[in-house]
Amino acid sequence: MQSWFKYPVTRRFLLGVGALLGGTSAVRLAFGKAPPPYPQDDTHAAQSNPAGGHGTHNGMTTVGEVNNARNGFDPHEILTDWDRGTVSRLPDGGILREFEITAEDKEIEIAPGLLFPAWTYNGRVPGPTLRVTEGDRVRIRFRNLGSHTHSMHFHGIHSARMDGVPGAGNVPPGGMFVYEFDAFPFGCHLYHCHSIPLKRHIHKGLYGAFIIDPDPDRHPEQADTARSRLLGSLENARWQEFVLVMNGFDTNFDDENEVYAVNSIAHAYSKRPIAVDRARPIRLYLVNVTEFDPINSLHLHANFFDYYDHGTTLSPTQRTIDTIMQCQGQRGILEMTYKDHEPGVYMFHAHQSEFAELGWMSLFNVRDVALQQQASGE
Amino acid sequence: MSRTILWVVLPVLLIIAVMTAFLASDPLRSLTGAVPPVEELTVERTLLDENGIALRVRAGGSEPMTIVQVQVDGAYWAFTQTPRGALERMETAWLQIPYPWVQGETHHLTLLTPSGVTFDHTIDVAVATPTANADTLRTFGMVGLLVGIVPVTLGMLFYPALRSGGTRTFQFVLALTVGLLAYLLIDTFGEALELAVEAAPGFQGSTLVWLVAALTFAVLMAVGRRKGRALAGVSLATSIALGIGLHNLGEGLAIGSAYATGSVALGSYLVLGFTLHNLTEGIGIVAPMVKQRPSLWVFAALAALAGLPAVAGVWIGSYAFSPHWAALAFAVGAGAILQVIIEVGALLARNARDEERLWLSGTALSGIGAGAAAMYATALLVQI
Repeated sequence: MQSWFKYPVTRRFLLGVGALLGGTSAVRLAFGKAPPPYPQDDTHAAQSNPAGGHGTHNGMTTVGEVNNARNGFDPHEILTDWDRGTVSRLPDGGILREFEITAEDKEIEIAPGLLFPAWTYNGRVPGPTLRVTEGDRVRIRFRNLGSHTHSMHFHGIHSARMDGVPGAGNVPPGGMFVYEFDAFPFGCHLYHCHSIPLKRHIHKGLYGAFIIDPDPDRHPEQADTARSRLLGSLENARWQEFVLVMNGFDTNFDDENEVYAVNSIAHAYSKRPIAVDRARPIRLYLVNVTEFDPINSLHLHANFFDYYDHGTTLSPTQRTIDTIMQCQGQRGILEMTYKDHEPGVYMFHAHQSEFAELGWMSLFNVRDVALQQQASGE
Repeated sequence: MSRTILWVVLPVLLIIAVMTAFLASDPLRSLTGAVPPVEELTVERTLLDENGIALRVRAGGSEPMTIVQVQVDGAYWAFTQTPRGALERMETAWLQIPYPWVQGETHHLTLLTPSGVTFDHTIDVAVATPTANADTLRTFGMVGLLVGIVPVTLGMLFYPALRSGGTRTFQFVLALTVGLLAYLLIDTFGEALELAVEAAPGFQGSTLVWLVAALTFAVLMAVGRRKGRALAGVSLATSIALGIGLHNLGEGLAIGSAYATGSVALGSYLVLGFTLHNLTEGIGIVAPMVKQRPSLWVFAALAALAGLPAVAGVWIGSYAFSPHWAALAFAVGAGAILQVIIEVGALLARNARDEERLWLSGTALSGIGAGAAAMYATALLVQI
């Protein structure tokens, strides 16, 4: 008698229901027509899907909307808001790019109504996407306004003094440090805090993408490809480029993530798909900083892409794949096109179903922009 | 008189003044700081039907609590809350989640509050919650009869045999009754305390169980002995039937709710196990009446008093189960059982004294042992 309530019952016991219940089978118990005892709510659809919905989630979604204004950043703007720094010339004629970065404690809303006590670079997670060109001198004035010691550790080539680890560029609260190095090698990189305990400093939100565009002059044999990657060039203008930082949030601090996302906000790009022009190619800068899980991944629906691991080559390291996995800190560039597809909403998400169902679910809304402009002009 | 009133009013006014001053000055401000509010959420009921999963939750936060997201099996899922908005301390709400649950499998739910605190709830085995219609009422009623009325009535059939026995038999049967009641007392307290843990902490379940059991015991003792005499004969049998009836109400609740939540299937083997388990109860009820000759309707009434609550229990348990109410029912049962243990024990002692023997005879000891052992052994049948 004692263990009545907790007992895990094997399924075969369910089969025993029949005999005693006589003519009344469990199935009839299940589908009696009396009204359910919980209150019926006619406004169900409106409450559960305030974004209007695109019919792709079938109930599998977070409920409500994140207040971007309160957060101070918008996941759709993060996709493309490259921070190119303040540009000036060095005495030797080289380019100097200067950035101002502050670390600050800030509560951010990572899913509707769900708040996370984050540590941020410039008040946002991920931090600003720094975008420079190969060979540029990069100077970052880092100020720590947070409550703990922080640093900026860049994935790139630099001296030991500039590594942003305990003993080299670790900044106590209220302190300041200037990181300076020449941007090498070109590729899709990242920066993150390397103060200890490392795991907590990363999963609290101190990371961001660091993109070094190739300098076409340094790669004469593949100058056209290099130019297509160089932000501001004519060749680059036809590309639709987005940065996607795969991350997660452990809201109850049990070393498991409650929320997975790209660019922090769960379901941000499934509730409001990323609009792309069918005619123009797409390039994704994909960075994985997910803590606690060994890998994260991206799977593209109905299409395939070329992949440049770390973005440090001008020829793909993998061709014609639709799923790529990255360990923490790994990153790469994905190139794809929908020009031969019919317009529509195309899914992409982590191919760990768990991550997808906990927020890392996204959509491209592939449209014919030229046709639409024509239509709206009439 | 007016002085007495003054000495009531004055302290009350002072208490109000102290509380007002404390809240206004907030001297503990430095201690509260940035500490997040205490949050507590208890799932009291789970319903599964063609619309998905519905949970009734009770909040227990230091401040009004909001449920911002719901995960089912590690996936964020759409849900509606009725009533909407933040839940005050001890307030309840229904969450309706249109989730395609799978018959016979386990589902894990996680409720998240704004601070990211998670509250887990597991549905061990998903089965459709029975709906209240004539068919299921009849079926569950039959289960209640088999668990309650049938065994008690069958147990009573030993009455003629008991009558034909001598004084030793009478003492043995009384002791047997004490033994079975002792088993029921421990079992009832166990169930009550286990349910108390599942109830919302705000109810202070375990304290409530002990208080209600003690109060029930005191009231029943007082009512039973209102004429200044210890209970015997039919009136003692009635008390035993009442105590066992209250226990069977709890047992019915447990069976009904366990079936409704899918934690057990009502196999015929299990129900027959309960029938056998409760058989001894019938013997216990008629034991004090061995020296009288009550009419048949008395037996019928006692069987109904002891057995019918099981029917009510199964009904309530399957349709409207809440752990705190069930804990309360078990606590009342425990108090009632304690009362009849005292009364039957007193009768046993009186009987022994009349014969100038120690009440703690070998007969009594073996009777108590046999009663408890019979209950223990037959309980193995209902352990699943």
